[in-house]
Amino acid sequence: MGQNKVPSALTIGIARGGLELKQFMRQRESVVFTIAFPIMLLGIFGSVFTNELTDGVTFSQYFVAGMIASGLVNTGFQQLAIMIPVERDFGTLKRLRGTPMPASSYFIGKVIVVFVTMLIQVFLLLIAGVLFFGVNLPTDPAKWFTFTWLILLGSAASTALGIAFSVVPKSGRGASAVVSPVVIILQFFSGVFFVFTDLPGWMQQVAAIFPLKWMTQGMRSVFLPDSFAAREVAGDWETGRTFIIILAWLIAGLFISIKTFKWDDKR
Amino acid sequence: MSNVISVRGLKKSYGSTQAVAGIDLTIAQGEIFALLGPNGAGKTTTVEILEGFRTRDSGEVSVLDTDPSIKGSAGRNWRNRIGIVLQSTSDAGDLSVQETIAHFAKYYANPRDVDEVVAAVGLSEKSKELIRTLSGGQRRRLDVALGIIGSPELLFLDEPTTGFDPKARRAFWALIEDLRKTGTTILLTTHYLDEAEALADRVGVISQGQIIEISTPALLGGRATSLATVSWLSASGPKSEKTDNPTALIRKLSADFLGEIPELTVKRASLEDIYLEMIGGEDGSE
Repeated sequence: MGQNKVPSALTIGIARGGLELKQFMRQRESVVFTIAFPIMLLGIFGSVFTNELTDGVTFSQYFVAGMIASGLVNTGFQQLAIMIPVERDFGTLKRLRGTPMPASSYFIGKVIVVFVTMLIQVFLLLIAGVLFFGVNLPTDPAKWFTFTWLILLGSAASTALGIAFSVVPKSGRGASAVVSPVVIILQFFSGVFFVFTDLPGWMQQVAAIFPLKWMTQGMRSVFLPDSFAAREVAGDWETGRTFIIILAWLIAGLFISIKTFKWDDKR
Repeated sequence: MSNVISVRGLKKSYGSTQAVAGIDLTIAQGEIFALLGPNGAGKTTTVEILEGFRTRDSGEVSVLDTDPSIKGSAGRNWRNRIGIVLQSTSDAGDLSVQETIAHFAKYYANPRDVDEVVAAVGLSEKSKELIRTLSGGQRRRLDVALGIIGSPELLFLDEPTTGFDPKARRAFWALIEDLRKTGTTILLTTHYLDEAEALADRVGVISQGQIIEISTPALLGGRATSLATVSWLSASGPKSEKTDNPTALIRKLSADFLGEIPELTVKRASLEDIYLEMIGGEDGSE
């Protein structure tokens, strides 16, 4: 036997990220669903609602902010909460548990997959928005700074919550049916498909508990003119509160993940 | 010879069901040990405790001089020395055989050469194929490849040939014989008695959470000394006789028949007969 040491958790984690991305790219359904679907939605909504909300703010401009926030939820929460139960059902997780691969490497791999697919989705949404739907990109560096921390923090929270939620579906086969409605309902409640302030008050209040509402509002503060802030519920972008609420969900997601994560479905 | 596995007084219950009711077991370095028993006898629970997948209620367990419940970096170093082939996994169909084995090699401190392992499990021709195109037997060989890629000192094989055709099983047995030559200790669970007989140095029979006998396949259940059954066709119809001295009986019959004995058979208890007798009337339900 040689004297080598087992590779570090980070080395293995990066290898896992590469492997999972390779698998992702080879599954045509996942590529289409995760990357092309949001652009199709932007196309549909952008063609149906051609009116301006206020001077110079088209619905497409409003909608692209919501779709980018949704992208954080799709690539993190939705992708992981469906993928992990499938891996648990197939015995993938149990097999990994029997190797020297540490748990942290598995999660590093997931973070890499989420982050790369999220960047691809957001990038393509912005390109499609600018090229086909007259979406204006912000010019103020402060707005790009907000954009950057929003996608980093939002994606992290979404990833942690996806791992936490992965114990909910009873089987891999049923995971999609359990997870997707949660995401779609949240999208309706959080002002992705409709202007948030047009929704009934109770819906706004329910949405305000969950992070997607704050991600969409944060993205609006990036993509809409500051004059539009007056039309938000609080009459303000509430940037500080957005940061705190998403951070709180990130911490909750991490805590629940650590406490409840299951490698197999037996006792 | 040092012991790779040493178990004393192992117990585990689920609720009011006693799955493992006090097991003692030692397995020496380089040994191939087969654990036999009907479903629900406590076989899987025992093995999963040894693999560190389950906790135990009481008893002493040492695997490679380590308690399998070990966590953290010491746990990683321990796992680096063992290989586990689980009952069934059906994952990662979109990766090739070579990609999957090469990836798992990155988990270990001293992995074997990937191409060499691919060849050892007889998948060289399928090396570039995606896993989802493999047959059941080929997938099982891949499972074994992933179990041995880290050059383990101890390999767990859980029902490795379930669903194999006879030819694939023979090929698989040859692979295990090769591993034996490298000095790998192997703990095998199987439903196939001929498999245990072909591969194992010793077999242990587990029933209702207890080991009822540990022996070599040839001696299990007093098999070597059991009576032989001699059957033939006599003038008055088929006859058979149990005897501990079949040769003498045949010599006498041969003299009586003046040479050839019609429809002569000599049958000794197979390992399966002995085993079924040992586990009694258990129907094998969970």
